Amino acid sequence: MGELGRLYKNGECIVELGEAGDCMFVVQSGTVEVVRQQGGQTICLAKLAEGEFFGEMALFEKEVRSATVRARGDVRVLTVDKKNLLRRINEDPSLAFRMVQKMSKRIRDLNAELVRMKLGQ
Amino acid sequence: MFRIAGWPYRRARTSDWAASARGALELDSGSRVGVIGGGPAGSFFSYFLLEMAERMGIELKVDIYESRDFGSPGPANCNHCGGIVSESLVQMLATEGILLPTEVVQRGIDSYVLHMDVGDVRIETPLHEKRIAAVHRGSGPRGVTAVKWHSFDKFLLDLAVKSGARHLRERVRSVSWSEGRPRISTKAGEPKSYDLMVAAMGVNSGGLKLLDELGIECEPPKTTTTHISEFFLKPEVVERYLGSAMHVFLLHIPNLEFAALIPKGSHVTLVMLGREINKELIQSFLDSPEVNRCLPQECRGEHRVCSCSPRINIRGAVRPFADRVVFVGDCGMTRLYKDGIGAAYRTAKAAATAAIFDGVSAEAFRRHYWPTCRAIGADNRIGKLIFAATQTMMKLRPARRGVLRMVSGEQCKPPERRRMSTVLWDVFTGSAPYKEVLLRTMRPGFVPHLLWDMALATRPTAKADA
Ligand SMILES: Cc1cc2nc3c(=O)[nH]c(=O)nc-3n(C[C@H](O)[C@H](O)[C@H](O)COP(=O)(O)OP(=O)(O)OC[C@H]3O[C@@H](n4cnc5c(N)ncnc54)[C@H](O)[C@@H]3O)c2cc1C
Repeated sequence: MGELGRLYKNGECIVELGEAGDCMFVVQSGTVEVVRQQGGQTICLAKLAEGEFFGEMALFEKEVRSATVRARGDVRVLTVDKKNLLRRINEDPSLAFRMVQKMSKRIRDLNAELVRMKLGQ
Repeated sequence: MFRIAGWPYRRARTSDWAASARGALELDSGSRVGVIGGGPAGSFFSYFLLEMAERMGIELKVDIYESRDFGSPGPANCNHCGGIVSESLVQMLATEGILLPTEVVQRGIDSYVLHMDVGDVRIETPLHEKRIAAVHRGSGPRGVTAVKWHSFDKFLLDLAVKSGARHLRERVRSVSWSEGRPRISTKAGEPKSYDLMVAAMGVNSGGLKLLDELGIECEPPKTTTTHISEFFLKPEVVERYLGSAMHVFLLHIPNLEFAALIPKGSHVTLVMLGREINKELIQSFLDSPEVNRCLPQECRGEHRVCSCSPRINIRGAVRPFADRVVFVGDCGMTRLYKDGIGAAYRTAKAAATAAIFDGVSAEAFRRHYWPTCRAIGADNRIGKLIFAATQTMMKLRPARRGVLRMVSGEQCKPPERRRMSTVLWDVFTGSAPYKEVLLRTMRPGFVPHLLWDMALATRPTAKADA
């Protein structure tokens, strides 16, 4: 009763690779996985838990969604409208701080992953 | 008007000090900040101030003076309000990393039902998602013995405390100046001087009068009386009659601008806004067939466990700042009739940002805080226009029938074509600025569409159908 956002069941797609997007999402409860299909294989790029967001690239670029995100078990996800968010960021740029912080963390993780892959080769 | 000398540039009692100490009008490690009021504005201010200070490597000492015990039920521990956390605020808080816990959110709202004498219509959110939270500001109204849902204000106050603020459960008795710094006195403790004093005491505790003693020049907000009642019902009864929808009433009752029934866990909150809501007005509203259709008499009567008549702003403060003093939330500037908690978030954060990055002088607040207040004030003027137009429309039966027809017809259309529904949604939920709502009514086709629906709704055959 006291839950916000929308409920997605296990395996249900929240965003799909290639579709156009005009919002980002914040996980309210549960876990989602970010996946890409490559040569018939499903590769899990990340798992995101409560409080984490995804789909933020659509706010900054006009590109289509770069990966599929689906529910792992029951998940509640809140949609954040692009227009609403950009209007607020215009008034209060510090609102983007946490997003920049998370994105910077993701770059750091990707760099570490790249190093591991290069060493593996 | 009370005079708070010191705006725009400090004069009177503190002028000599200010002349020599202007350069020191900024916060640094060890600076002390006193916040009067631990409602949303005080807690948001403290939380964001401390977050930003930490990022900047500044160590501040923040004291929040709040005498209410939000953890205990009853009207004495509640900041009376409808308890709707708006769609836009829920989204912004989520972006800030602040998720409202399920113990605080009593019900997620995904739609609203518009009730008029000519009929009712349900308007769903375009995304079919619960993005509005219905909460109690305290731990429940009179009569609650075991706390089931937690207080929203306590959640925010705890957030501020977790960030490093100190909560002093004391009521501020007086404020004064001491060597150019504001000084706060309570009944129990020693008076304390601060580098910045934040007035976040709302408009309902008479606290604003305290600031007379500071002798600064500020025009306080203008307010009017409203009404809130709480009905205690079984959760299944709340679900049966109201579901997860906010029920809004557009009735032709003089002086009533807006009335809504808001479903909570085991309570229903009635909110009535307008010009000086009195007993007769409340009674004529409760006696109306539209209210009876929505929540029958047997769910009211002795189920009404708590009621109050808090004041609400109808005009914000003018010049809500001075050197080392800033007013946030209701006692500074808020949105007209809607999203007061959202306005508390915006003003509190803007003031905190100004204090950290630009200093605590009147000039810093004028340049970096006042624009946020001014934008809200300008939007409120448009809001007044919208409410006046809505009132006028509601006086005309053909207009009411036209609105109902237009909204009903839109429910099967894609979201981008639900013009009247989105306009009403944003007016009633406070999800978008009033300016945006007004612009949407000016889009080509909106008025002709409404006129067309009015004409069709008032045909003799349509009347016979109704
Ligand atoms: C009928 C009605 C319905 C409303 N419904 C909604 C709604 O559904 N959604 C919404 O967003 N907004 C709503 N609002 C507006 C909302 O209540 C306010 O905008 C919001 O509470 C402002 O927060 P604040 O912190 O500025 O003030 P407040 O919430 O009033 O908090 C002020 C705090 O200061 C404390 N205080 C005061 N004086 C002193 C003192 N001397 N010493 C120590 N502490 C002190 C008080 O105890 C209180 O806790 C409604 C308002 C009314 C009147």
